[in-house]
Amino acid sequence: MADLSIKLAGVELSSPVLVASGTFGSGREGSFFVDLKELGGIIVKSTTLAPWKGKPTPRMCETPSGMLNAIGIQNKGIDHFIAHDLPWLLKKKASVIASIAGNTVEEYVKVADKLRSGGRGVAAVEVNISCPNLEDSSNMFSHSPEATAAVVAGVKKALPKMAVFPKLSPNVTSLPEIAGAALEAGADGLSLINTLFGMAIDVEHRRPKLAGVTGGLSGPALRPVAVRAVWEVHRAFPHVPIIGQGGIISANDALELILAGASAVAVGTANFVNARASIEVTTGICEYMDRHGIASVSELVGAVKTEG
Amino acid sequence: MTEHPDAQTERQASGGGAMLLTRGEVLGHKKYGEHYHSLTIVAPEIGERVQPGQFVNIRCGEGSAHILRRPFSVYRVHKRGGWASTIEIVFDIRGAGTQYLSQLRAHKMVDLVGPLGRGFALPKGRAHCLLVGGGIGAAPLFFLADDLRNEGHRVDVILGARSNRMLLNPIEVRRLASIARVVTDDGSTGEQGLVTDVLEETIERSETDIIYSCGPHAMLEAVSAIGAEHKLPVQVAVEELMACGFGVCMTCVVPLKTKRKASRDKDKEPEEEITYARSCTEGPVFNGASVVWNGAARPVAEDQAELSTAGLAVAQGSFEDSAGEHPPPGN
Repeated sequence: MADLSIKLAGVELSSPVLVASGTFGSGREGSFFVDLKELGGIIVKSTTLAPWKGKPTPRMCETPSGMLNAIGIQNKGIDHFIAHDLPWLLKKKASVIASIAGNTVEEYVKVADKLRSGGRGVAAVEVNISCPNLEDSSNMFSHSPEATAAVVAGVKKALPKMAVFPKLSPNVTSLPEIAGAALEAGADGLSLINTLFGMAIDVEHRRPKLAGVTGGLSGPALRPVAVRAVWEVHRAFPHVPIIGQGGIISANDALELILAGASAVAVGTANFVNARASIEVTTGICEYMDRHGIASVSELVGAVKTEG
Repeated sequence: MTEHPDAQTERQASGGGAMLLTRGEVLGHKKYGEHYHSLTIVAPEIGERVQPGQFVNIRCGEGSAHILRRPFSVYRVHKRGGWASTIEIVFDIRGAGTQYLSQLRAHKMVDLVGPLGRGFALPKGRAHCLLVGGGIGAAPLFFLADDLRNEGHRVDVILGARSNRMLLNPIEVRRLASIARVVTDDGSTGEQGLVTDVLEETIERSETDIIYSCGPHAMLEAVSAIGAEHKLPVQVAVEELMACGFGVCMTCVVPLKTKRKASRDKDKEPEEEITYARSCTEGPVFNGASVVWNGAARPVAEDQAELSTAGLAVAQGSFEDSAGEHPPPGN
């Protein structure tokens, strides 16, 4: 029987298959379809210092092999997460990876502070830096090495004992440059990738299909970009654990990301279509490992043969 | 009205109302008029627990070109016959997903999730219920009418559409309603006009106690306003574009007016604030008086319409012009 357990930046997980932030809610909704214990972990919906109301509708549209969304991180805030969602998840024996977001470095740090005092049981934290930076309105944090480093350093200082995974945006010229800045600032690993920026227009009404005008592209359309991003960053930083995500629907998709260099993977948009996708991916990875005589999934990480 | 969503999901979990991911066999396909398709699907676990106003989310085809499921409110449940419960959905062709479904015939399997959402609340005492449906939005009202009649309530119906061919099963409406009013924008069947043109008169004639409505948002807004003038509760089933249908993607939200007590200061009026509620889990049925109608962005691109329950009756239904007048809310 294949051994799926992994150690991700010191965090022991029963499987490399996680569910991506914003695609499994707080876990309650997903638990109708999946026993949360069977997941390597659940990266919960991003949470912010105060509740965020989110953007007006339409918040999404379907695109070829994917979808665009502009939700605006609607969430009830970190206090609600700590008081209601976290205890419930821990009771269900889920491995919880928190996800935090903010509009200023200070907001990220304050959320991290709250996690330090109230987040007992949280296995790791993903830092969603694909948020508009209010101190530099032309940019998202994830688009600048300096802003990325500032957020990561602040969060790491607040959570010195927690594994911190900034989630990087693919909408940059050099992903290794941003990754390097995040690692230098203390990141324990990286989450790759967030959505690609996109836009769709309703030509009849001559209006954007999203109320937020632009949105994030997710789903299978994104997958080759994710595979490339993981491969590129893994090649630059071979010892850094990466949570690979972007368009995974099947076990083969997950294996592509693992072979490119991801130590763990997160299933995202596929959950909307098939709430059991993460479990099917897990089963498929086991079958692949048995078929290829692989004892531990870690043997596959970065094992793509690009030469010869 | 609004309720803490956690309480909602917990209740679903404990109350046997859990949603299921399942496969069902198509029992048959038929058409209502030239415009609407009907599929009856053998799905006993869903059929036995679904309530009027709830919906199912159906995978429409293989592959990943169109990845999202399409939501359909349940038109009818059939519990008799040789088959365990079946559910029936109706739809018109609005895109690749509904095109695919329209070609399914007996014995094909469909992959569906349900029952989803919160359905209509039935009156406690005997009541005169007025059901107001526009276009394909009338679909869940047939299931509701069946349940209301079974419980001994009086059912009156106003059925409207842009034209004759867009009216959903007016013959059946005449059969099951005490008073049936059929209106079309162009007068091709029934009276010419909008459902709201005959609403007040029908309320008075039938001594309505409660209104149930589903259709384009502009219609729901107008029905809610008239209901409020007559001090009648109005339950509306809204239609929003949705991806997951089970509460995680946060795309299908509807702006609701909610009252929040001002902190500590008891003399102060409770502050009204607007919160976004998920139509898939906290809805799709809402109190019409709570919805911020002009905050619900319109218009929706036609190629996205089938991503809403009942297909955003919407883009094409009655009230098309008035629906276009609402500017989207600013940021």
